[in-house]
Amino acid sequence: MTAQSTDIPMVQLLSVDGDFSVPKEHAGYAEFVRDLREADFLKFYRDMARIRRFDNEATALQRQGQMGLWVPAVGQEAAQIGSGYGVGPNDHIFPSYREHGVAITHGVDLMSIVKMFRGVNHGGWNPHETRFHLYAIVLGTQALHATGYAMGLNFDGKVGTGIPGNDLAVITYFGDGATAEGDISESFLFAALHKTPQVFFCQNNQWAISSPVGTQTTVPLFKRGEGFGVPGVRVDGNDVLACYAVTKKHMDDARAGLGPTLIEALTYRMGAHTTSDDPSKYRDTEELAHWQAKDPITRFEKFLRKQGVGQDFFDEVEQAGIQLAAELREATFALQEPELELMFDHVYSEPHPVIEEQRAWLQGYEESLGGHAPIDDGDDAVSYGGTH
Amino acid sequence: MSNSVELSIAKAINAGMRKAMQEDEKVLVFGEDVARLGGVFRVTEGLLDEFGDKRIFNSPIAESGIVGTAIGLAMRGFRPVAEIQFDGFIYPAFNQIVSQLAKLTNRSEGFFQMPVVIRVPYGGGIGAVEHHSESPEAYFAHTAGLRVVSPSNANDAYWMIQQAIQSKDPVMFFEPKRRYWQKGMVNLDQAEQPLHAAATLRQGKDVTIATYGPMVVTALQAAELAATEGINIEVIDIRSMSPIDFGHIVESVKRTGRLIVTHEAGTFVSISSEIAAKIAELCFYHLEAPVLRVGGFDVPYPAAKLEELYLPDADRLMEAVDRVLAY
Repeated sequence: MTAQSTDIPMVQLLSVDGDFSVPKEHAGYAEFVRDLREADFLKFYRDMARIRRFDNEATALQRQGQMGLWVPAVGQEAAQIGSGYGVGPNDHIFPSYREHGVAITHGVDLMSIVKMFRGVNHGGWNPHETRFHLYAIVLGTQALHATGYAMGLNFDGKVGTGIPGNDLAVITYFGDGATAEGDISESFLFAALHKTPQVFFCQNNQWAISSPVGTQTTVPLFKRGEGFGVPGVRVDGNDVLACYAVTKKHMDDARAGLGPTLIEALTYRMGAHTTSDDPSKYRDTEELAHWQAKDPITRFEKFLRKQGVGQDFFDEVEQAGIQLAAELREATFALQEPELELMFDHVYSEPHPVIEEQRAWLQGYEESLGGHAPIDDGDDAVSYGGTH
Repeated sequence: MSNSVELSIAKAINAGMRKAMQEDEKVLVFGEDVARLGGVFRVTEGLLDEFGDKRIFNSPIAESGIVGTAIGLAMRGFRPVAEIQFDGFIYPAFNQIVSQLAKLTNRSEGFFQMPVVIRVPYGGGIGAVEHHSESPEAYFAHTAGLRVVSPSNANDAYWMIQQAIQSKDPVMFFEPKRRYWQKGMVNLDQAEQPLHAAATLRQGKDVTIATYGPMVVTALQAAELAATEGINIEVIDIRSMSPIDFGHIVESVKRTGRLIVTHEAGTFVSISSEIAAKIAELCFYHLEAPVLRVGGFDVPYPAAKLEELYLPDADRLMEAVDRVLAY
């Protein structure tokens, strides 16, 4: 059994043709799907379509020089929307930097993500409100923050009490590449030792920039936690219902005090690593075609049509996408440049003489030049490739 | 009449942590071997019995994990006090400290404060094997978002650890390990100064020596020696390496016209480099001599039998005193 083995059992509830079936061994997961109503299914589809549209528009905006960089998540919509809705509204989410889909399941404004990649700020959303933490760009670092937060939930009596509304859990997202980082292994260990209320959600999208998953591991990634005491399960990452059900079950279990679980969502990064990347240099078109046939959105559309959802709904979603794209362009063009203060604010929470001195100096210098001129980075933003 | 007690530096840090844990139940203490053993230097001795294993617990030997989980606990509203067992073992945590702990308040535009203290026994002079005698403070002082301090005596140890724990910002708390057993009177009633203020420990008119941590005692010894030769040395314990209380140093140098900065760390791109540059800028017309730096050499910390040669001592300081007075 290698990292790339395809004969490993994984939780799949929707076939590529959109047929729902429950293998006996996965009945425990399927019961969470039975609790869903048609409105939930439609929401899943709307959000997957929305985030795909957003992603394509964001790539276009980057190509027009409106953003320094874009990090597409095309192909990973089911893994992100399904798992995102499997997380409770008060649970905390510690993302990596490609979780745009998870972000919208917890109320993060898409323009916050655009602002970040345009270079206006480092995200700017309030993690206390959204419970969706800021993007972590240094791979694997966020898993330890999630584990520490989950240890805190234990200390605060927020786990396994069964008191309605009291118990909480944490989920952290990372990719196949990040599993090679020591912080991921250390997170497994701390989580197991403290029996934290926590899910590790690994989106195995097969590629870490140009390195295939076999570069990072010789065993399937869902097995990576076992030696530390974190059991794992592999789910079809292009099956939104399976991703929802598996996440929901293990988050519920975590909240109930049953400890951490590793979920490996087997999916595929259909696009480039970032807009600075060129996948044609390292992977062949047959592989892409193989995965395009498993497209998570097409698959769920087939399911919905088989459930009797009519063309009107899909037309409505298409219209919403056109509107989203227009709004996104307009809002991006209207973005204000950051104030100079942003650089100095919140370096420390308490006053610091070096920061105050340098802030005052720059303000005086700018005033001596006739005021803080808008920073000219709009039309000719250079592309950079700073993330892994 | 103030309420005073004589304590070693190690016991004073212990007493300060105990008080902080009593006053705020969100204060947690963890690190390698800190619980039942009380740490390899016994600085956390007795805390387990008083506070139980939800407030003080052993961490696995994973420094990045110790700091990374401290960050998550701080996000949850705790005030973690994490111990890194030895200076030379901090590097696995360097990424979490520099790329995360130091930057999260800024990244989150203030939505998260990071009231985390990282305690680090540091410096040489105990005849240890490799990686147990280093002085890595400049790495952290160079990083925006961190505060870096070091007590040199029991009273400061008692108060500075409490002030560090109360700080809303991350504080790197460097403990001078070869001075752990040095005793001094601790005023239990009130702190004499804020965390980042420098202190003049001996007044003099001829030369100022500025230092911190384990070298404060050495500087005071040099001042005694110099006094026998009729040279009056002023000794400043800067106490905080980030931020540095430059006003205090400037006031002294304007009187003495001569400054020596000393520490155990090598002098290349060091705390003394920063002080020398800043004092040259702020006291240019008051200086009678260039600012001199006396430190360890810019070599890996040597094997124990060579550390006496490596570490600056009172004689090396006197040699520098002679040089600044020769101008």
